Amino acid sequence: MKSLAELEAIRKATLSRINLRTEGDNGTRVVIGMATCGIAAGARPVMHAFMDEIAKRQLSDVTVSQTGCIGMCRLEPMVDVIVPGKEKVTYVHVKPEMVPRIVAEHIVNGRPVDEYTIGAAE
Amino acid sequence: MKEIALHLLDIVQNSVRAEASHVDISFDLSEDGVLTMTVKDDGKGMDRELLEKVRSPFVTTRTTRRVGLGIPLLMQNAMASGGSVDIESEVGRGTVITAQFHTDSIDCLPLGDLAETMATLIIGSPDKPEFRLICSSPKGQMDFSTEEVRAAVGPEISLAEPEIVQWIRQSLTEETEPILGGIMR
Repeated sequence: MKSLAELEAIRKATLSRINLRTEGDNGTRVVIGMATCGIAAGARPVMHAFMDEIAKRQLSDVTVSQTGCIGMCRLEPMVDVIVPGKEKVTYVHVKPEMVPRIVAEHIVNGRPVDEYTIGAAE
Repeated sequence: MKEIALHLLDIVQNSVRAEASHVDISFDLSEDGVLTMTVKDDGKGMDRELLEKVRSPFVTTRTTRRVGLGIPLLMQNAMASGGSVDIESEVGRGTVITAQFHTDSIDCLPLGDLAETMATLIIGSPDKPEFRLICSSPKGQMDFSTEEVRAAVGPEISLAEPEIVQWIRQSLTEETEPILGGIMR
Protein backbone atom coordinates (compact mmCIF):
# COMPACT_ATOMS: atom_id res chain seq x y z
CA MET A 1 0.00 0.00 0.00
CA LYS A 2 1.08 3.60 -0.71
CA SER A 3 2.98 5.34 2.07
CA LEU A 4 0.84 5.24 5.18
CA ALA A 5 3.25 7.84 6.61
CA GLU A 6 1.54 10.41 4.40
CA LEU A 7 -1.63 9.75 6.32
CA GLU A 8 -0.12 11.28 9.45
CA ALA A 9 -0.19 14.81 7.99
CA ILE A 10 -3.70 14.25 6.63
CA ARG A 11 -4.79 12.95 10.00
CA LYS A 12 -3.73 16.19 11.68
CA ALA A 13 -5.54 18.35 9.13
CA THR A 14 -8.69 16.25 9.54
CA LEU A 15 -8.55 16.44 13.33
CA SER A 16 -8.19 20.23 13.33
CA ARG A 17 -11.21 20.53 11.03
CA ILE A 18 -13.47 18.12 12.90
CA ASN A 19 -12.52 19.58 16.27
CA LEU A 20 -14.42 22.69 15.18
CA ARG A 21 -17.58 20.63 15.05
CA THR A 22 -20.32 21.84 17.35
CA GLU A 23 -21.69 19.44 19.92
CA GLY A 24 -24.71 17.36 19.07
CA ASP A 25 -26.34 16.38 15.84
CA ASN A 26 -26.96 19.75 14.23
CA GLY A 27 -24.87 19.63 11.07
CA THR A 28 -26.11 19.75 7.49
CA ARG A 29 -26.60 16.35 5.89
CA VAL A 30 -26.15 15.56 2.20
CA VAL A 31 -27.76 12.25 1.23
CA ILE A 32 -27.15 10.69 -2.19
CA GLY A 33 -29.16 7.88 -3.77
CA MET A 34 -26.67 5.04 -4.37
CA ALA A 35 -28.83 2.08 -5.44
CA THR A 36 -28.56 0.40 -8.86
CA CYS A 37 -30.59 3.21 -10.48
CA GLY A 38 -28.55 6.02 -8.89
CA ILE A 39 -25.22 4.35 -9.73
CA ALA A 40 -26.24 3.76 -13.36
CA ALA A 41 -27.37 7.41 -13.68
CA GLY A 42 -24.04 8.78 -12.42
CA ALA A 43 -24.33 9.19 -8.63
CA ARG A 44 -20.76 8.10 -7.87
CA PRO A 45 -18.94 11.15 -9.36
CA VAL A 46 -21.64 13.42 -7.85
CA MET A 47 -20.86 12.09 -4.38
CA HIS A 48 -17.14 12.75 -4.89
CA ALA A 49 -17.84 16.25 -6.15
CA PHE A 50 -19.53 16.93 -2.77
CA MET A 51 -16.60 15.38 -0.86
CA ASP A 52 -14.08 17.50 -2.79
CA GLU A 53 -16.05 20.70 -2.29
CA ILE A 54 -16.47 20.08 1.46
CA ALA A 55 -12.73 19.39 1.87
CA LYS A 56 -11.81 22.43 -0.22
CA ARG A 57 -14.01 24.79 1.80
CA GLN A 58 -13.04 23.13 5.11
CA LEU A 59 -16.69 22.77 6.11
CA SER A 60 -16.74 21.13 9.52
CA ASP A 61 -20.44 20.48 10.07
CA VAL A 62 -21.45 18.79 6.81
CA THR A 63 -21.72 15.03 6.43
CA VAL A 64 -22.24 13.09 3.22
CA SER A 65 -24.07 9.76 3.27
CA GLN A 66 -25.83 7.34 0.95
CA THR A 67 -29.30 5.91 0.69
CA GLY A 68 -31.02 3.27 -1.40
CA CYS A 69 -33.64 3.62 -4.11
CA ILE A 70 -36.62 5.75 -3.12
CA GLY A 71 -38.70 4.82 -6.16
CA MET A 72 -38.15 7.79 -8.49
CA CYS A 73 -35.41 6.18 -10.57
CA ARG A 74 -36.09 8.41 -13.59
CA LEU A 75 -34.98 11.47 -11.57
CA GLU A 76 -31.63 10.00 -10.45
CA PRO A 77 -29.03 11.06 -9.52
CA MET A 78 -30.97 12.55 -6.59
CA VAL A 79 -29.48 14.42 -3.64
CA ASP A 80 -31.24 15.52 -0.45
CA VAL A 81 -29.78 18.45 1.43
CA ILE A 82 -31.06 18.56 5.00
CA VAL A 83 -30.27 21.73 6.96
CA PRO A 84 -31.37 21.44 10.62
CA GLY A 85 -34.55 23.40 11.28
CA LYS A 86 -35.36 23.78 7.58
CA GLU A 87 -37.41 21.68 5.21
CA LYS A 88 -35.51 19.00 3.28
CA VAL A 89 -34.58 20.05 -0.28
CA THR A 90 -34.35 17.40 -3.01
CA TYR A 91 -32.19 18.01 -6.07
CA VAL A 92 -32.73 15.87 -9.17
CA HIS A 93 -30.69 14.92 -12.26
CA VAL A 94 -27.63 16.18 -10.39
CA LYS A 95 -24.35 16.40 -12.29
CA PRO A 96 -20.90 17.02 -10.76
CA GLU A 97 -20.81 20.49 -12.41
CA MET A 98 -23.87 21.53 -10.37
CA VAL A 99 -22.31 20.64 -7.03
CA PRO A 100 -20.11 23.73 -6.36
CA ARG A 101 -23.19 25.95 -6.76
CA ILE A 102 -25.34 23.81 -4.43
CA VAL A 103 -22.59 23.88 -1.80
CA ALA A 104 -21.94 27.63 -2.12
CA GLU A 105 -25.51 28.88 -2.37
CA HIS A 106 -27.42 26.36 -0.29
CA ILE A 107 -25.09 24.78 2.25
CA VAL A 108 -22.91 27.82 2.91
CA ASN A 109 -25.34 30.71 2.28
CA GLY A 110 -28.68 29.07 3.05
CA ARG A 111 -30.45 29.73 -0.26
CA PRO A 112 -31.51 26.53 -2.09
CA VAL A 113 -30.83 26.48 -5.84
CA ASP A 114 -34.48 26.36 -6.92
CA GLU A 115 -33.87 25.57 -10.59
CA TYR A 116 -32.18 22.23 -9.70
CA THR A 117 -34.86 21.03 -7.28
CA ILE A 118 -37.54 18.40 -7.75
CA GLY A 119 -40.14 21.19 -7.69
CA ALA A 120 -38.66 22.74 -10.84
CA ALA A 121 -38.33 19.36 -12.61
CA GLU A 122 -41.88 18.11 -12.02
CA MET B 1 -23.77 0.58 -16.31
CA LYS B 2 -20.85 2.11 -18.18
CA GLU B 3 -18.03 0.58 -16.14
CA ILE B 4 -17.19 -2.75 -14.51
CA ALA B 5 -16.30 -0.67 -11.42
CA LEU B 6 -19.91 0.57 -11.25
CA HIS B 7 -21.16 -3.03 -11.18
CA LEU B 8 -18.73 -3.63 -8.33
CA LEU B 9 -20.15 -0.66 -6.40
CA ASP B 10 -23.64 -2.02 -6.94
CA ILE B 11 -23.12 -5.67 -6.00
CA VAL B 12 -20.90 -5.02 -2.97
CA GLN B 13 -23.91 -3.30 -1.43
CA ASN B 14 -25.48 -6.76 -1.29
CA SER B 15 -22.57 -7.87 0.93
CA VAL B 16 -23.03 -4.80 3.14
CA ARG B 17 -26.75 -5.51 3.51
CA ALA B 18 -25.92 -9.14 4.34
CA GLU B 19 -24.07 -7.76 7.39
CA ALA B 20 -20.62 -8.88 6.28
CA SER B 21 -17.68 -7.89 8.45
CA HIS B 22 -15.10 -8.54 5.70
CA VAL B 23 -15.48 -8.02 1.97
CA ASP B 24 -12.53 -9.16 -0.13
CA ILE B 25 -12.50 -7.85 -3.68
CA SER B 26 -10.05 -8.96 -6.31
CA PHE B 27 -9.36 -8.23 -9.96
CA ASP B 28 -7.05 -10.53 -11.85
CA LEU B 29 -6.16 -9.88 -15.47
CA SER B 30 -4.66 -12.91 -17.19
CA GLU B 31 -2.08 -12.97 -19.98
CA ASP B 32 -4.81 -13.67 -22.55
CA GLY B 33 -7.02 -10.74 -21.49
CA VAL B 34 -9.57 -12.42 -19.22
CA LEU B 35 -10.49 -10.20 -16.26
CA THR B 36 -11.79 -12.10 -13.23
CA MET B 37 -13.61 -10.04 -10.61
CA THR B 38 -14.27 -11.77 -7.30
CA VAL B 39 -16.30 -10.46 -4.37
CA LYS B 40 -16.11 -12.64 -1.29
CA ASP B 41 -18.00 -11.76 1.87
CA ASP B 42 -18.65 -13.33 5.26
CA GLY B 43 -22.22 -12.10 5.47
CA LYS B 44 -25.31 -14.13 6.25
CA GLY B 45 -25.28 -16.01 2.93
CA MET B 46 -28.18 -17.41 0.93
CA ASP B 47 -30.00 -20.70 1.18
CA ARG B 48 -30.28 -23.01 -1.82
CA GLU B 49 -33.73 -21.73 -2.68
CA LEU B 50 -32.71 -18.06 -2.83
CA LEU B 51 -29.44 -18.91 -4.60
CA GLU B 52 -31.38 -20.61 -7.40
CA LYS B 53 -33.64 -17.58 -7.90
CA VAL B 54 -31.20 -14.76 -7.34
CA ARG B 55 -30.33 -14.35 -11.03
CA SER B 56 -33.89 -13.35 -11.80
CA PRO B 57 -34.70 -9.63 -12.00
CA PHE B 58 -37.90 -10.34 -10.11
CA VAL B 59 -36.15 -11.46 -6.95
CA THR B 60 -34.96 -9.08 -4.25
CA THR B 61 -34.66 -9.12 -0.48
CA ARG B 62 -35.87 -5.54 -0.42
CA THR B 63 -39.38 -5.10 0.86
CA THR B 64 -40.12 -1.77 -0.82
CA ARG B 65 -40.60 -3.25 -4.28
CA ARG B 66 -40.30 -6.53 -6.14
CA VAL B 67 -37.49 -6.01 -8.63
CA GLY B 68 -33.72 -6.13 -8.17
CA LEU B 69 -31.46 -5.52 -11.14
CA GLY B 70 -27.95 -5.61 -9.68
CA ILE B 71 -27.05 -9.22 -10.47
CA PRO B 72 -29.01 -9.44 -13.77
CA LEU B 73 -27.25 -6.33 -15.15
CA LEU B 74 -23.84 -7.70 -14.11
CA MET B 75 -24.65 -10.99 -15.87
CA GLN B 76 -25.81 -9.19 -18.99
CA ASN B 77 -22.55 -7.26 -19.34
CA ALA B 78 -20.25 -10.16 -18.43
CA MET B 79 -22.01 -12.42 -20.93
CA ALA B 80 -22.00 -9.73 -23.65
CA SER B 81 -18.18 -9.93 -23.57
CA GLY B 82 -18.23 -13.74 -23.74
CA GLY B 83 -17.69 -14.14 -20.02
CA SER B 84 -19.85 -15.45 -17.19
CA VAL B 85 -21.01 -14.98 -13.60
CA ASP B 86 -20.80 -17.61 -10.90
CA ILE B 87 -22.41 -17.33 -7.46
CA GLU B 88 -21.67 -19.57 -4.50
CA SER B 89 -23.23 -19.10 -1.11
CA GLU B 90 -23.76 -20.82 2.17
CA VAL B 91 -26.04 -19.72 5.00
CA GLY B 92 -24.00 -18.38 7.92
CA ARG B 93 -20.72 -18.41 5.97
CA GLY B 94 -21.10 -15.89 3.18
CA THR B 95 -21.21 -15.46 -0.55
CA VAL B 96 -18.67 -15.45 -3.37
CA ILE B 97 -19.52 -13.84 -6.69
CA THR B 98 -17.11 -14.34 -9.56
CA ALA B 99 -17.55 -12.50 -12.85
CA GLN B 100 -15.37 -13.01 -15.89
CA PHE B 101 -14.98 -10.47 -18.65
CA HIS B 102 -13.15 -11.02 -21.94
CA THR B 103 -11.44 -7.65 -22.24
CA ASP B 104 -10.46 -8.20 -25.88
CA SER B 105 -14.15 -8.27 -26.88
CA ILE B 106 -15.56 -5.14 -28.51
CA ASP B 107 -18.59 -5.51 -26.21
CA CYS B 108 -16.57 -5.55 -22.99
CA LEU B 109 -17.06 -2.58 -20.67
CA PRO B 110 -13.98 -0.66 -19.53
CA LEU B 111 -12.92 -1.38 -15.95
CA GLY B 112 -13.51 2.29 -15.10
CA ASP B 113 -12.64 4.21 -11.96
CA LEU B 114 -11.96 1.48 -9.43
CA ALA B 115 -10.46 3.97 -6.95
CA GLU B 116 -13.62 6.08 -6.92
CA THR B 117 -15.77 2.97 -6.44
CA MET B 118 -13.70 1.84 -3.43
CA ALA B 119 -13.85 5.35 -1.92
CA THR B 120 -17.63 5.40 -2.43
CA LEU B 121 -18.03 2.04 -0.69
CA ILE B 122 -16.04 3.35 2.26
CA ILE B 123 -18.16 6.53 2.54
CA GLY B 124 -21.28 4.35 2.51
CA SER B 125 -19.98 1.97 5.20
CA PRO B 126 -17.11 3.64 7.05
CA ASP B 127 -17.15 1.40 10.16
CA LYS B 128 -18.09 -2.03 8.95
CA PRO B 129 -17.28 -4.11 6.90
CA GLU B 130 -13.52 -4.00 6.34
CA PHE B 131 -12.78 -3.87 2.62
CA ARG B 132 -9.78 -5.39 0.93
CA LEU B 133 -8.79 -4.90 -2.70
CA ILE B 134 -6.22 -7.01 -4.51
CA CYS B 135 -5.36 -6.32 -8.15
CA SER B 136 -3.04 -8.43 -10.22
CA SER B 137 -1.95 -8.72 -13.83
CA PRO B 138 1.21 -9.81 -15.65
CA LYS B 139 2.45 -6.27 -14.85
CA GLY B 140 2.30 -6.62 -11.07
CA GLN B 141 0.16 -6.80 -7.96
CA MET B 142 -1.27 -4.44 -5.31
CA ASP B 143 -3.03 -4.99 -2.02
CA PHE B 144 -5.13 -2.45 -0.09
CA SER B 145 -7.13 -2.84 3.09
CA THR B 146 -9.27 -0.50 5.16
CA GLU B 147 -7.94 -2.22 8.29
CA GLU B 148 -4.47 -0.76 7.63
CA VAL B 149 -5.85 2.73 6.96
CA ARG B 150 -7.98 2.55 10.11
CA ALA B 151 -4.96 1.59 12.20
CA ALA B 152 -3.01 4.53 10.75
CA VAL B 153 -5.64 7.25 11.25
CA GLY B 154 -6.74 6.15 14.71
CA PRO B 155 -10.15 5.59 16.26
CA GLU B 156 -11.21 9.26 16.53
CA ILE B 157 -11.37 9.81 12.76
CA SER B 158 -13.97 8.17 10.53
CA LEU B 159 -12.75 6.80 7.20
CA ALA B 160 -15.62 8.79 5.62
CA GLU B 161 -14.01 12.17 6.39
CA PRO B 162 -13.36 13.95 3.07
CA GLU B 163 -9.57 14.20 3.50
CA ILE B 164 -9.24 10.47 4.19
CA VAL B 165 -11.53 9.60 1.28
CA GLN B 166 -9.45 11.80 -1.03
CA TRP B 167 -6.24 10.14 0.12
CA ILE B 168 -7.68 6.65 -0.44
CA ARG B 169 -8.90 7.63 -3.90
CA GLN B 170 -5.59 9.15 -4.94
CA SER B 171 -3.43 6.35 -3.62
CA LEU B 172 -5.62 3.68 -5.20
CA THR B 173 -5.58 5.52 -8.53
CA GLU B 174 -1.77 5.60 -8.47
CA GLU B 175 -1.47 1.97 -7.41
CA THR B 176 -3.98 0.39 -9.80
CA GLU B 177 -2.95 2.32 -12.92
CA PRO B 178 0.35 0.44 -13.59
CA ILE B 179 -1.39 -2.93 -13.13
CA LEU B 180 -4.77 -2.51 -14.81
CA GLY B 181 -4.40 0.84 -16.61
CA GLY B 182 -4.63 -0.82 -20.01
CA ILE B 183 -8.29 -1.82 -19.50
CA MET B 184 -9.56 1.13 -17.46
CA ARG B 185 -10.85 3.35 -20.28
